[in-house]
Amino acid sequence: MTGVSGLARVLEAGRFAVTCEVGPPKGADVRGLAAKAAMLKGFVDAANVTDCQTAVVRLSSVAAGVHLAAAGLEPVVQMTARDRNRIAVQSDLLGAYSLGVRNVLCLTGDHQKFGNHPGAKGVFDLDSVQMVDVVRRLGDPGLFQCGEPVDGEPPVFFVGAVENPCAEPVELRVRRLDKKVRAGARFLQTQCVYDLDRFRRFMGLVRTRGLHERAHILAGVAPLKSARMARFMRDAVAGVYVPDAVVARMETAADPAAEGVALCVEQIAALREIEGVAGVHIMAVAWEKIVPEIVCRSGLYPRPAADQR
Amino acid sequence: MIVTEAKSFVLVAAMITGFRRVLVAACAGCTAVCGVGGERQAGELADALRLHARLRGEVLDTEVRGVTRQCEPEFVAELAPAVARAEAVLTLGCGVGAQFLAEHYPGVPVLPGVNTRFAGGLAAPGVWEERCRLCGDCVLYLTGGVCPRTRCAKGIMNGPCGGAAGGLCEVGNATPCAWLLIWERLERLGRTGTLDEIGPPPDWSGAQAGPRRSGKGGGVE
Repeated sequence: MTGVSGLARVLEAGRFAVTCEVGPPKGADVRGLAAKAAMLKGFVDAANVTDCQTAVVRLSSVAAGVHLAAAGLEPVVQMTARDRNRIAVQSDLLGAYSLGVRNVLCLTGDHQKFGNHPGAKGVFDLDSVQMVDVVRRLGDPGLFQCGEPVDGEPPVFFVGAVENPCAEPVELRVRRLDKKVRAGARFLQTQCVYDLDRFRRFMGLVRTRGLHERAHILAGVAPLKSARMARFMRDAVAGVYVPDAVVARMETAADPAAEGVALCVEQIAALREIEGVAGVHIMAVAWEKIVPEIVCRSGLYPRPAADQR
Repeated sequence: MIVTEAKSFVLVAAMITGFRRVLVAACAGCTAVCGVGGERQAGELADALRLHARLRGEVLDTEVRGVTRQCEPEFVAELAPAVARAEAVLTLGCGVGAQFLAEHYPGVPVLPGVNTRFAGGLAAPGVWEERCRLCGDCVLYLTGGVCPRTRCAKGIMNGPCGGAAGGLCEVGNATPCAWLLIWERLERLGRTGTLDEIGPPPDWSGAQAGPRRSGKGGGVE
């Protein structure tokens, strides 16, 4: 890993960026991670490593990110406020930087109630907006949250955050996005979009505030694998809006997985046409191997070579 | 108000096993208002414990005494004669009352008959709901009178998080999203501008350095 974020270079060069998501293993065996990295390398600009998503204990996102980097895939290390107070957030990020990590995505985190340790204490000492501010300040002006200076070279991360573009009231979501940008977020990945009209409304408000010019917005997509998954995403995943027409299309498809991929490719094409969308973030949960096909069929392959970043 | 709930009878009966004379100490403060720790509940509990003991062939004498508030030493002192007659005190006061009794009467075991839950108010008949986390750093002036530290499941200062849907919190129990309540109220008041401020991380230094103290009207250092 070089000292500079390749993802930042792609975005700042105005290239349409592609990121995806890789879930660390529920154990210490990282051979699967290396295999995923080999499969995804060259098809995406960077891969998010989730931080104990849905509050289930997994290999740490910092360690997983380092393993991905060793296998040639640039990581975006996700960091939640659920499990760390401000001391641990800053300490873990110094560690990540020392190991070559340059991209950090700050999240509040899924509530511990949904995970495999529902009796755990949720920390939430910071929220995602405050964490963005803390991480940005670590690098510029090089101060800890308490105000003391960081020794030596300050860790300048490419700081990211998330927002849910389809949740009501959308105006409140955009105002919150604005706070994240003011706090120092330079890229934003959105919750997965199935309802393009809702997303267009969100982007309209984003453009009114000029946020797309101050941060790079990557629209989230998640390929559907089955009608059951479509119904689950519609009915059971908080904050995700799946139009009934999408569910119906998956239900009537002869080959639902192929239909889900086709739908995803169509969505990416539509998202690229929306002013202010700087890239796409493909969340193929437990279906990472489909990412190269989606990238190729979307005309997004090859990715900018490492030396051009 | 400090909201309390009765401990399970089985657990209370187990706690007092082996004591032959137990003082059941009621409190006429919050715990009485909750319908858990007043003199009437103390009497009922004492009756049930004696019956339970008799059915098991054990000997148990109980005495019931109530005070105005167990969280004040002068009221706690009123219990001295009754405590002197008891092998153990089962208190229906909150966690504060139980500790004041224990401090005042070092020679006798003080056992809690209730669980102390939270600072709340009456949300519906017979239903109390938490409203204050006692953080000591009130932010209600920023949040339209709705406390995010208490009513948001993550206690965040810059919400709503991604888990809110249909006005409800992802944790369930039909809990409204505090940040949507804040938004609605500030919008009605024409004060949503405060939502654009980046709320600072809370300062826990006063709340996590041992027991807090407060003098009349202000803090005591």
